[in-house]
Amino acid sequence: MKQALEGVKVADFSWVGVGPIIARILAHHGATVVHIESETAPDPLRALAPYKDNISGLNRCAYHACLNDGKYGVTLNLRHPKAKGVVERFVEWADVVSESFAPGVAARLGISYEDVREVKPDIIMYSSCNLGQTGPHARFRGFGTNLVALVGTTHLTGWPDRMPTPPYGALTDVIAPLFGVSALVAALDYHRKTGKGQYLDLSQFESTVHFLTPLILDYQANGRVAQRTGNTSPYAAPHGVYPCKGHDRWCAIAVHTPEEWKAFCKVIDNPDWTKDPRFSSVLARRRNEEELNRLIGEWTIGLSAEEVMVKMQEAGMAAGVVETPGTIQDNPQLKHRHHYRALEHPEIGLHHYDATPFTLSKTPCDLKMPGPCLGQHNEYVYTKILGISDEEFVALLGEGVFE
Amino acid sequence: MSQKDGPLSSCRVLDLTDEKGLFCGKMLVDLGADVIKIEPPGGDPCRNVGPFYRDIPDPEKSLYWLSFNTGKRGITLNIEVSDGRRIFRQLVERADIVIESYEPGYLDSLGLGYSDLSQINPGLILTSISPFGETGPYKDFKASDIVVMALSGYMSLSGDPDRPPVRTSFPIAYCFGAAGAAAGTMIAYYHRELTGEGQWVDASAQQAVASALLNARMHWDLNRVELKRAGPYRVGLSAQGKQLINFRCKDGYVNFVMFGGKTGAKTNRGLTQWMESEGMGSDFMNEIDWDSFDMARVSQDDFDRFEGDIERFFLTRTKSELYEEGSKRGVTIYPISTIRDVFEDPQLEARDFWQRVEHPELDATLLYPGPFVKCSQTQLRPPSRAPRIGEHNQEIYHNELGMSPEELVMLRQAKAI
Repeated sequence: MKQALEGVKVADFSWVGVGPIIARILAHHGATVVHIESETAPDPLRALAPYKDNISGLNRCAYHACLNDGKYGVTLNLRHPKAKGVVERFVEWADVVSESFAPGVAARLGISYEDVREVKPDIIMYSSCNLGQTGPHARFRGFGTNLVALVGTTHLTGWPDRMPTPPYGALTDVIAPLFGVSALVAALDYHRKTGKGQYLDLSQFESTVHFLTPLILDYQANGRVAQRTGNTSPYAAPHGVYPCKGHDRWCAIAVHTPEEWKAFCKVIDNPDWTKDPRFSSVLARRRNEEELNRLIGEWTIGLSAEEVMVKMQEAGMAAGVVETPGTIQDNPQLKHRHHYRALEHPEIGLHHYDATPFTLSKTPCDLKMPGPCLGQHNEYVYTKILGISDEEFVALLGEGVFE
Repeated sequence: MSQKDGPLSSCRVLDLTDEKGLFCGKMLVDLGADVIKIEPPGGDPCRNVGPFYRDIPDPEKSLYWLSFNTGKRGITLNIEVSDGRRIFRQLVERADIVIESYEPGYLDSLGLGYSDLSQINPGLILTSISPFGETGPYKDFKASDIVVMALSGYMSLSGDPDRPPVRTSFPIAYCFGAAGAAAGTMIAYYHRELTGEGQWVDASAQQAVASALLNARMHWDLNRVELKRAGPYRVGLSAQGKQLINFRCKDGYVNFVMFGGKTGAKTNRGLTQWMESEGMGSDFMNEIDWDSFDMARVSQDDFDRFEGDIERFFLTRTKSELYEEGSKRGVTIYPISTIRDVFEDPQLEARDFWQRVEHPELDATLLYPGPFVKCSQTQLRPPSRAPRIGEHNQEIYHNELGMSPEELVMLRQAKAI
């Protein structure tokens, strides 16, 4: 079947999270993407676990593979004097060039927007970095794991009587690309209609802050500095996750309306405590939430998380198993949605990749190739895609340009 | 098409969403689209979502509503009555995109599903946003933020081990799903502009959040190792043991993650020297050769000793001092920002991120987040005030669709608008 972005060509000089994920989503929808690294400075993600059989190795890392599937992988030593000519050929070929180094580094490597625009005035280029290309903190180093703290989400996660606990991993690395893809595809459309290219400066910090706008307004309007509140909600009780049968198994339940509370009580067989005035209204239940949660836990612990979820859902309540990294790939809904796609990687073997979180009815998402090994497609990309002659390819290879 | 109006300046969007999808339309507004928020007569139920301006619950004062409807125009329309559906079909004729977040199948039941709408307008893109997607065994499941955070697996990794997993205390699952929907909509739009062909975009919040499991899922997929929530510690970075990554400091908390080898050497050495120069040196850290420091060989006892020494130093400095001064010394320490810290962040200020929006009805000016990406040619549209209930009824129904005042009165009496 045809894909929406067929014919779009991306020279992806970016690394780690956001930049590669943006290019990967384009690849899922038909774009031709070349991920450009160097043996002299491989994508740092290749050095992070997990590895095949727990043995480290640049081509054994699933983390890198899973953020770069659908792309051809080449190596190019940007510090080599003859790399400039190859970069120019990439830019001439591409519609989009990407980079995600610390601000200032792209210029030193000869792939800044000014550099590539000189080769191709209508090129679209995006840079993604932590904090944006300008400003006093632009060059501050850091990873997505730091960004979740800066953006405010860590402070808002955990229990009020304890230290904040970070939301897992590099949350901003997954949020920012959704903004990046939206703006980049809009830029592609604009280019198609007007012939004009442009430069996109994506700050992970700025894009992710948008999710918290109501709290920013709450601070201004009401002087309130939002705090972490465990699993409670100002509008619902019970609202939390409850222990279920088995080791560390939990089910989330959210009861918002009086009708839902009635239905909830029925599901748990109307024990006497549900008639206690301490639990008669949502406000009363909020006041006595600790006791409420303890009593509910006494009921849920006798059932599996799946049983609790199904019983609640059948009665019209929002409820869901707390899936874990070990159970998520078996989640029936995600299976139905083909969210995880198995691909055979040359060194890792068969493993699973996330599809895009949306399906398009006529131009589907397709995961075609596993993440590339370092330099896996050098010959194909340089000779077939960029049209470098065999002789020149061999000569450049000999000179170490493709390291 | 002038660059000031954004890349989507000739694009018309009808927005039928509630809190599950508002953010998608907001992103399309920022990209320049003319987004018309369609509310049921009397106003959208998510105008009742707090917080509220001056804590006064009022459908015109929901800060949640104001946040995610900036720049939209607003009309009231009841698509459950036949007059309302007729008007909606008229609007669909001249729209490019319809966004909705009803329960799957609801629009179909009104005769307004994708197959119906695409007959009226074959180039139309219908974007459906739901907790779990339009198909599959959970499609009719009831959801709320915590349930999506649970079923995506994400919350299993947050929280203290001796307590239940926790979600982030402010809902983000629906924004996540809606931002994914915006990306999908743009890809469909690109295709539509090229070929004239519309299609149905089906976005799932569960899938969007599940993607954030990243390497935690991969640890299981490859090696059947399951990472667990570890409170303010982090697991999975070193072979054994857990490392503290959130530390107390003088005025709150900071985030500091120790990496081994070359990746961490600069920060680790810089911090060791900084502590020494302030008379708070750690004998233990002073003896380490950071270039060859291997996380895999550090014992839990060693981690505990680092952490004690480092925290004693952090407690003498503020978040901001550790962040700013640390960076000068090549030491990566990040503040665990409160919302106030985010609002006052010098980097955001220097980039003119916050943009003033006048609220004459509240007699206030509020600062909103500016463009989510800075584009050199098609600058994103700055935020402007969200619509009041039915604010643009006259503009759309009278000026655009040419309805007479009598007709409008009739439709109002028929509870269509």
